[in-house]
Amino acid sequence: MKGIFAGCALLAVCLAWTQAAQAAPAPDRSATTTGGKTTLTVLAAASLSEAFQELGRNFESSHPGVEVVFNFAGSQQLATQIEHGAAADLYAAADERWMGYVKRHGLLEGVPSVFARNSLVVIMPGSNPARLDRLQDLARKGVKLVLAARAVPLGAYSRESLRRISSTAGFDSGFADRALKNLVSEEESAKQVVAKVQLGEADAGFVYRSDVTASQAKRVKVLAIPEGGNVLATYPVALLKGAPNAGAAREFLFLLLTPEWQRALQAHGFLPAATAGD
Amino acid sequence: MEVALRVLAGLGAGLLVALLALPLAALFLKVRPETLLAKLSDPVVAAALRLSLETALLSTLIVCALGLPLAYLLATRSFPGKRVVEVLVELPMVLPPTVAGFALLLAFGRAGLLGRQLDALGLHLPFTTLGVIVAQVFMAAPFFISPAAAGFASVDRRYLDIASTLRASEPYSFFRVMLPLSLPSLMAGATMSCARALGEFGATITFAGNMSGRTQTMPLAVYMALESDLDGAVVLAIVLVSISVALLLSLRHLHAGFLWRSGDAPRRTS
Repeated sequence: MKGIFAGCALLAVCLAWTQAAQAAPAPDRSATTTGGKTTLTVLAAASLSEAFQELGRNFESSHPGVEVVFNFAGSQQLATQIEHGAAADLYAAADERWMGYVKRHGLLEGVPSVFARNSLVVIMPGSNPARLDRLQDLARKGVKLVLAARAVPLGAYSRESLRRISSTAGFDSGFADRALKNLVSEEESAKQVVAKVQLGEADAGFVYRSDVTASQAKRVKVLAIPEGGNVLATYPVALLKGAPNAGAAREFLFLLLTPEWQRALQAHGFLPAATAGD
Repeated sequence: MEVALRVLAGLGAGLLVALLALPLAALFLKVRPETLLAKLSDPVVAAALRLSLETALLSTLIVCALGLPLAYLLATRSFPGKRVVEVLVELPMVLPPTVAGFALLLAFGRAGLLGRQLDALGLHLPFTTLGVIVAQVFMAAPFFISPAAAGFASVDRRYLDIASTLRASEPYSFFRVMLPLSLPSLMAGATMSCARALGEFGATITFAGNMSGRTQTMPLAVYMALESDLDGAVVLAIVLVSISVALLLSLRHLHAGFLWRSGDAPRRTS
């Protein structure tokens, strides 16, 4: 009996603490917008997490009364959520495939616009346990390679990149197949690939350039992919049908293509939307 | 007043049953029989099913073999640190599985606490089927040990005392008295831990990764299929649910059978 009381008391203390912690940074915002607060819900690819969180804060400070709520997940998971009726305003995907999927189901309002691009890099643990010096070493027997699963945009880009690398100078045509034989895990998102490499369990993994954030850069080593072997990832964004807050959503869409927000995206490792060719 | 209470209780119970039953019904309504058959012969599905059955069976055997002595010690001895061991044994039940998987990586991963020692022994857990089994054993062990210890503890001490007055050694009375009398609890525990191992997801994907034929068990395959192939996901889910239901049913059946057979033997007095 005593134990139950102690447990309840502990839970109550934790609850009070989390509420206090949540309330702490809020007052300046809530003070200006007592009541009548609207929510802008953005479904965004996991790889956009850091960049969009910063942009969301910008948006909130320039649009008092609007709260930006993000749901970051794999583009493929978000597409399924939209298909099954998730109420949201914007969908930002990491490839055209899943945007097209949502469009085919008639769930878009208007036309998607590309707001950013990304390229791929190979990362290794800081200790480089497999002693990889160059990209060719990925095909060496026994290397533990981790990729995102095929359904994940990054997974499709990574396989396409491997295929392209095989036909660049300095690589033989069997490179991709041999490298794929070294595949030990197909992860559910880009962030999981980063985690497996950063923990030192995988020898190498394909991730987005923007995944190698300043804090990651200290823990992992980067192998660049030659020009002809790389893939340009495309990030389209679109207004969703039945968006509860279409006004704020259009505003967010507009801002995404302004020079200021484009610079912010580039600071997070993304390439400008207008990158020519691919 | 009493009528109102009864109605309220009935409503509450009905609501909960509906919450439990409707999602399952929806799963079965979603699939057409022909897709069910077509998907079952899909090599990825077949590989996941096979891997799941093999690993869950093996980890249940390991849990039983190692859990039996531990449960016996917990039920019959008091020793310093017993409380700590009891909490340790129950912890995986309440631990979020992803946390368990992460902790397993930090302990037994290549860069983990015992990474070098395991490597020297030639044991590699992350990204291997062995890792899947370790994750399952970790998560499923409490489901065997707790009921087994409770079963041992509920055996009437007098039978053991009589056995010892007849100069039966401890091992002898364990196998001839303790084990037969607590068999229903042991079987129940083994079945539950097998069901838990079969459904294991979070610890497995975090610790062992996801690779078809090697570490992709049924729950992982369902999760991955959800992202690209909903039909496949539904079929996999149905198979998984059916196996779990069969396990739970067999558990009830087993229990009923034991009660009937041991009907004449006094099982517990206190």
